Amino acid sequence: MTIDPADTFRQEAQDLFEQLEQALLDMEDRPDDLELVGTAFRALHTLKGSGAMFGFDALAAFAHHLEAAFDQVRHGVLAASPDLVALALAAKDHLRGLLDGSASADDPAACALLDRLQDVVAPTRHRSPPQAPKADGLGDDGPGGAAKEGGEAAIWRLKVRLPADALATGTNPLLLLDELRDLGPCTVIAHTEAVPVLDAFDPSTLYLWWEVVLTTTRPRGDIEDVFIFVRDDMNLSIEPVAAASDKRLGEILVERGAVTQAGVEDALARRPRIGKLLVDGGAVPPAQVEAALAEQAHARAPAPAGQRRPTGQESIRVSADRLDALMDRVGELVISQARLKQLVAGHEDIPLKAVTEEIERLIAELRDTTMGIRMVPIASLFSRFRRLVHDLSKDLGKEVELTTSGEDTELDKTVIERLNDPLVHMVRNAIDHGLEAPDVRLAAGKPRQGKVHLSASHSGAQVLISIQDDGRGLDAERIRARAVEHGLIAADSSVPDAELFQMIFAPGFSTAHEVTSVSGRGVGMDVVKRTIESLRGTVEVDSVAGHQTVVTLKLPLTLAIIDGLLVRVGDGRYVLPLSAVEECVELTSEADARSRGRNFLNIRGDLVPFLRLREFFASPLPAAPFQKVVIVSDGDLRVGLVVDEVIGDHQTVIKSLSRLHADVESFSGATILGDGGVALILDVSHLIEIGQVRDEIRKVS
Amino acid sequence: MSQWMGNRTLEVVTLGLDGEVFAIDAILVHEILEMVPITRVPGARSFVGSLLNVRGKVVPLADPRVRLGMECRPPTIDSRILVIEVELEGEPTIVGLLADKVFEVTEVAAAALEETPRLGMRWPPHLIRCVGKRGDDFIIVLEIGRLFDNADLFGAPETAAPQLLSA
Repeated sequence: MTIDPADTFRQEAQDLFEQLEQALLDMEDRPDDLELVGTAFRALHTLKGSGAMFGFDALAAFAHHLEAAFDQVRHGVLAASPDLVALALAAKDHLRGLLDGSASADDPAACALLDRLQDVVAPTRHRSPPQAPKADGLGDDGPGGAAKEGGEAAIWRLKVRLPADALATGTNPLLLLDELRDLGPCTVIAHTEAVPVLDAFDPSTLYLWWEVVLTTTRPRGDIEDVFIFVRDDMNLSIEPVAAASDKRLGEILVERGAVTQAGVEDALARRPRIGKLLVDGGAVPPAQVEAALAEQAHARAPAPAGQRRPTGQESIRVSADRLDALMDRVGELVISQARLKQLVAGHEDIPLKAVTEEIERLIAELRDTTMGIRMVPIASLFSRFRRLVHDLSKDLGKEVELTTSGEDTELDKTVIERLNDPLVHMVRNAIDHGLEAPDVRLAAGKPRQGKVHLSASHSGAQVLISIQDDGRGLDAERIRARAVEHGLIAADSSVPDAELFQMIFAPGFSTAHEVTSVSGRGVGMDVVKRTIESLRGTVEVDSVAGHQTVVTLKLPLTLAIIDGLLVRVGDGRYVLPLSAVEECVELTSEADARSRGRNFLNIRGDLVPFLRLREFFASPLPAAPFQKVVIVSDGDLRVGLVVDEVIGDHQTVIKSLSRLHADVESFSGATILGDGGVALILDVSHLIEIGQVRDEIRKVS
Repeated sequence: MSQWMGNRTLEVVTLGLDGEVFAIDAILVHEILEMVPITRVPGARSFVGSLLNVRGKVVPLADPRVRLGMECRPPTIDSRILVIEVELEGEPTIVGLLADKVFEVTEVAAAALEETPRLGMRWPPHLIRCVGKRGDDFIIVLEIGRLFDNADLFGAPETAAPQLLSA
């Protein structure tokens, strides 16, 4: 399999765009946070660099302009104003367009963007540089720190320590030094004291570090940029040196003393050493200068090193296809293991059993790990909505506060991806139709700013995702009128509100203009429902007129493998998701006989309705003498399922049913058992629904 | 149909259903299995009332006799399952097709293929692709795509309306 390098760049660029967007959106709230500016700048810089490398020249050129602007922000020349942020967001979209080919460089919109960028950047050109802020915690900008090109030359002292494995990871220190030379006249001193004897020498290890004295007219940021790709792993210190002509050794050392005084750290500890150097310095000047520099660097190096926090956990990119293939293999392994378990069950061979159990444990762990690989925190999905809300609130003239909770809830990656469109739809609906304009809200006694809350949480084997707004709510009367018009309900029927709200999911219903303009909700809600159902999930709507609307999505945790409980009903075997199973009790013959009329069980004082699966599945075989009741729950609803036999736990690889069985609602899928047979997986929430409905009917009759 | 008729011969698998000889396009058939344990799907339509395991895949088992309005007798020692690939709503799907007997893979000469006669057929005419002649016998070539046409299977209005309400 060959990988197109351009594709690799595209993937990388997507990540960078995301980082950039996050940083920009955060910048709106915290315009003074230099960390954010730095993130945005680095993302742009990498886009520019890699883009040019992979032939995306238009993208690289455009990114350059934006980068230049953020460079100024980074140096405190330019403020991260809302204007600039909005402009940068638009520019980011244009960059994305350039990447996927949907936009071109000579687009009039792009030119307009560049012009506006110029306008934002230009007025500050000749303003005197404000007090330079701390950059990256590495110390104050030096005398020439904010100087623009053509400004005064400044002298910088750099200490460049690359990690020992830098050569192995493809960094060429010589190129970095050459880049420094391009900035201005510079003197490079290589420190070779760490080079071992030849026997211990590893050619791929970097033993050297460098000190560079550089005279340049460029700002400090440009020097830092030379190391931008290795910055996170290396030790770099950049200090300004007061300009002076031919200095003698003693003067340099005194001047060093001045620098350490300016820096707060251990000036006292350094003092005696300077005295000592002064004494020794006279003897062998050049070597001692180097030694002094080395010693000083040793003393100083730890300070900046400790300050850099790790920039994120290490990760690698793997194509989704490979993950799917891995998941398939694990699925097959699980099935084979089930067969092995069944074979071994008939043997008395203790060592064989021990090995089988060991394998079972390992496979269970392998399964969990593999599933874990596919799990992604939902934060990656939620974070996309900040931009959507930002744009929508501007477009619609509504003030919206988006809050989220439960971002660390994990979901299968494929589920996350397929959730994007439905969620975008619902968030848009909530803002467009749900929330009122600020003055309407004030008139209704609500705060100006509308609230949209996205939350995610686990509930048993399901993940609940809800979108809540404090807008005007659904108008039950309008929906009722519309439903009557569509012939969905009879004009005089009394349908509970909850059922009415479900009507908005009916295809074609929602596009009715009157309803959407008045009560909100609707365009394409049928699409939302279809998507969620294709993920084996459900959608619920709840609303309090005038106050809020909550749409809740319930999704299964995974689409691949579950722990199941295998049961027998008549001649068929079925799997219940173990996470839904609360307990198993015996259906005593008295309880059986007594409950003929009323299908209730007394479970520690609670009445639990139960379903006889044998009757439900029209099983031809007579009932087993000791039937069991498996109590399953979904949320706070419980129902008992009467089965002939509880066989045991079963690692269930879910195979979806074909379209030919799309009309069968009692089963959510099928699985292959150890003996090669097929067992159906029961859809617990559907069975509970049926159990509850039967219960209702009986209560009424 | 025209692309069929253009070929000189048609390669088919002949199978017995309720005493009649039918044929399906051989290119659709992946493999032919003897009867294996099958799993009933309670609540499914009788045409696709069960499932089976075909090399680790769960595959629906269809009984063409239901669609052709024939009597469904329990499987015998001669019963076979033809594993075929059909397109369901644009998605290629593997399904099992139950047959009372499978005879052979054979070629039917193009000249012997005749358009379905409009009259004189006991079976729904849209399920028949054409009728071939082989010696003195007729072979009825089934239109497999139509056999699994969901619009045909689900199209009945009584299934569509409740879906709307329960939605």
